[in-house]
Amino acid sequence: MDRHRILIVEDSPTMRQLLVFALKRLKNADIVEAQDGMDGLRKVTSDHFDLALVDINMPVMDGLKLISLIRGEDNLKDMRICVITTEGASEDRDRALALGADEYLTKPIQAHKVLAIAKSLLKVE
Amino acid sequence: MSHDDELQRRADEFLGIFRKGADFTKQLLRENERLRRQILAVDDRQTTAAQSDLEWDKLRVELLERIRGLEEEKRDVLERLRAVEEENRQFASRYLEVEEENNNLANLYISSFQLHSTLNLSEVLKIVLEIVINLVGAERFAIYVADERTRQLQPVASEGDELSSFPVFAIGDGIVGSAVATGETWCGDPEAERAPSEPLVCIPLRLEDRPIGAIAIHSLLQQKGGFSPLDHELFTLLAGHAATAIFAAQLYGLSERKLNTIQGFIDLLTK
Repeated sequence: MDRHRILIVEDSPTMRQLLVFALKRLKNADIVEAQDGMDGLRKVTSDHFDLALVDINMPVMDGLKLISLIRGEDNLKDMRICVITTEGASEDRDRALALGADEYLTKPIQAHKVLAIAKSLLKVE
Repeated sequence: MSHDDELQRRADEFLGIFRKGADFTKQLLRENERLRRQILAVDDRQTTAAQSDLEWDKLRVELLERIRGLEEEKRDVLERLRAVEEENRQFASRYLEVEEENNNLANLYISSFQLHSTLNLSEVLKIVLEIVINLVGAERFAIYVADERTRQLQPVASEGDELSSFPVFAIGDGIVGSAVATGETWCGDPEAERAPSEPLVCIPLRLEDRPIGAIAIHSLLQQKGGFSPLDHELFTLLAGHAATAIFAAQLYGLSERKLNTIQGFIDLLTK
């Protein structure tokens, strides 16, 4: 069975640890962490990922910039992207989805919601 | 394999299938014969019963008894089904409770793990900010540290507004000062009107009887409707663990400074 590769792009170590905890329940998943947009970009361009969970407000490079760069790359078009952010305004949501995000989840997060979204984006039971 | 062998194999195969078909047909004929006899027996019984009132009554009583038995059996089965469904519902609801409890414990574990992961005061404050933003869902808030000498609470880190916009409080004064003096968390109604300087939540940070500081939350993220039981658990965790982490980091910083001073003296004397 193919393994699912998931990238968490989040500057807060607390949030990264929480997301890893939530996603650990996915079978056959490899989870990789990136601490900002630039680190995330380096990782998606040098390795294959099926799903990226991306925060918006991050130092060095924000999540929206990262999403637009990912969607500009032909070989990364199949990668699913879920935004996880504190920004709850509908304009922020629309902007992220227009840039190419597949899902938009606001903080504070609940582990079961993160898991459900990851399963649906990865099309696993 | 030669052509003859192949023909022989196919012939055997065909014969095998044919034999199976023949056996099946025999079985069908036997079953047909059995059912035919059963029908004849039932017809015979009914005919006998129709000719004699006594036989007819006997058959009727027998059939009514059978119906009652079956009805009872049906009731038992339905009862068992209902019990199993109820048990199933209880398991599902218990599963959700355990799942939620598990998630809450994970949040609390991760928060306390992060709080005690460093002895650097600015790192500790950053972690407290992260927990309050990401786990509680606060938008505008400040962390205060108590000055034992002046008995004042100074804002040292904030989110959602400039640090200077958060006032200094004396321990015992106002909501923030009183919460620190009494050690009781203040939690207002998110829907109620408040003065801008009045916090919605104030978590006192104390180590035993020693005031360490406070976290004053003034507003929540727009998607955060109110407080869940987990939020209250987080307030309790922050009240204890953030206080310990800040105090430990302050002590460590102080010891580092003292060590540097002593080292400076030693270097001065030995050079």
